[in-house]
Amino acid sequence: MTLAHDVWLVFQRQMLLVIRTPIWIVVGLAQPIIYLTLFAPMLKQALVSVGSPGTYAEAYLVYVPGLLVAISCFGGFFSGFGLLAELRAGVIERVRVTPVSRQALLLGRALREVVNMFIQALIITLLALPLGLRVPAGDLVLAYLMFILLALMAVTVSYGVALLIRNEGALGPVYNTVAQPIMLLAGVLLPIAFAPLWLKRVADWNPFYWATGAMRALFAGHPGASVVWEGAVVVVALTIVALTWSTRLFARSLR
Amino acid sequence: MIQTRGLRKSFQAKKRRRVTMVEAVRGIDLTVAEGEIFGFLGPNGAGKTTTLRMLATLLAPDGGDAIVAGADLLADPREVRRRIGYVAQSGGTWDEVSAREELALQARMYGAPKTEARRAAEAAMESFGLASFGDRWCKTYSGGQRRKVDIALGVIHRPRVLFLDEPTTGLDPQSRINLWDEVKRLRDGGMTIFLTTHYLEEADVLCDRIAIIDQGAVVAEGTPAELKQEVSGDVVSVVLNGSTSKAADLLAAEPYVWALEGQQADRLRLRVGDGASAIPLILRTLDSSGIELGAVELYRPSLDDVFLAKTGRSLRDA
Repeated sequence: MTLAHDVWLVFQRQMLLVIRTPIWIVVGLAQPIIYLTLFAPMLKQALVSVGSPGTYAEAYLVYVPGLLVAISCFGGFFSGFGLLAELRAGVIERVRVTPVSRQALLLGRALREVVNMFIQALIITLLALPLGLRVPAGDLVLAYLMFILLALMAVTVSYGVALLIRNEGALGPVYNTVAQPIMLLAGVLLPIAFAPLWLKRVADWNPFYWATGAMRALFAGHPGASVVWEGAVVVVALTIVALTWSTRLFARSLR
Repeated sequence: MIQTRGLRKSFQAKKRRRVTMVEAVRGIDLTVAEGEIFGFLGPNGAGKTTTLRMLATLLAPDGGDAIVAGADLLADPREVRRRIGYVAQSGGTWDEVSAREELALQARMYGAPKTEARRAAEAAMESFGLASFGDRWCKTYSGGQRRKVDIALGVIHRPRVLFLDEPTTGLDPQSRINLWDEVKRLRDGGMTIFLTTHYLEEADVLCDRIAIIDQGAVVAEGTPAELKQEVSGDVVSVVLNGSTSKAADLLAAEPYVWALEGQQADRLRLRVGDGASAIPLILRTLDSSGIELGAVELYRPSLDDVFLAKTGRSLRDA
């Protein structure tokens, strides 16, 4: 029995559960549409003040990659709730006495979250295309790859935190307190260029800031820019760390 | 089928910022034979579930070792997992899937290919009588139905040993009896069953052998009948129409009477080893001396008496 087989089994079951919960699908589809229509007009105006031509095409080039990072961060960070619910329902205990690999139990679940977020990301880019967004296809694929890693990182971090805290009541405030400043300091809604110098120095420590920079460069069609590989290094490294940490924690706390 | 030696487990407990270690299980030695229903009887917090979870590879012991279904618990937990089934106290099914889908997934998690898993699910639906509801979503099931599904999931891969944690807690009396029948059926099919319970009746009626656990240690082990006999023997109460003290003298001298427990105007209480075989002897003794007997009553001790004798507390209070 290989790890891939086990991950696939867990993932299949998780996706079945998503499909059978229509409210998740409705909310999942509505979210990106709401984000896109509510915020882009404001950003268009704001960009004029820093010397941009103030077109929607320009606004989307800044906003869409930022929105993708925001989705990976929020969608990912809150996925620990689902894990706690399953721990409480006893289903994890049940499948843990089977020979299925411990890593697969966590990975298959994480994969479901990543796929859901990726579908949202697809919808956002597809919706923005007729509104004036233009991205080279190859660069878009690279941006998606980065998005997937970013989402996986956020999900696994969230799992790790959930396993440590084990309390739904405390988990919400913790996630919010972490996710909000990370989002603000990643410049996903307003570019960090608006920030004073000291705040930029703080943002240097935020991996999501690096990811946002890389994503924006990719959307703008500059795959060779240094921010791209810098962002890639940060994201790849942290994804590996987060993945190792949370799977170890999961396997150890539950054996 | 299960053999443990010195199994131990402690947990950290925080009390006013001071971390103390609580010994949940303090050295358990057990031997469970193949094909028996072995019951672990004890009050809540005695260490039953902790022991069970250790044996089911869900919790790492702090010390001791165990062989479960022929595999070494510490050296080869994966092999143990392949050979055992485990049903937790809370059960565990997803809400928006059917029992049939759960059974098929569980079979696949034990390595069965797709078609074989489907067949195993079908067979389990039939043998556990799930057909009438098993295609509906699990969240619609009653407590008894859910429990049946839990157990069907636990044995989908035909394990040699099945662990059941408080299998009938929260069930109505009828469902409880149905579940006992289900467990006996599995035992009759050759499976070894290790269950925990805090119900005296369950330990008494369902289990072939039991161990009584209190505060993390086994205080008694044997068949329910042995344990009860060992602790106190039976009490025979005889009601006489006169000549009470003469009868008392006569019976107290008999070898099978352990003690004269009580004497009233027309009534004697005798402690004997085995009441059923003592009654005819008592009748003969009284009859041959011409003493007229009014009535005979037999009191057998309950497992609660055993628990009381071994721990100094009643299980109902513990």
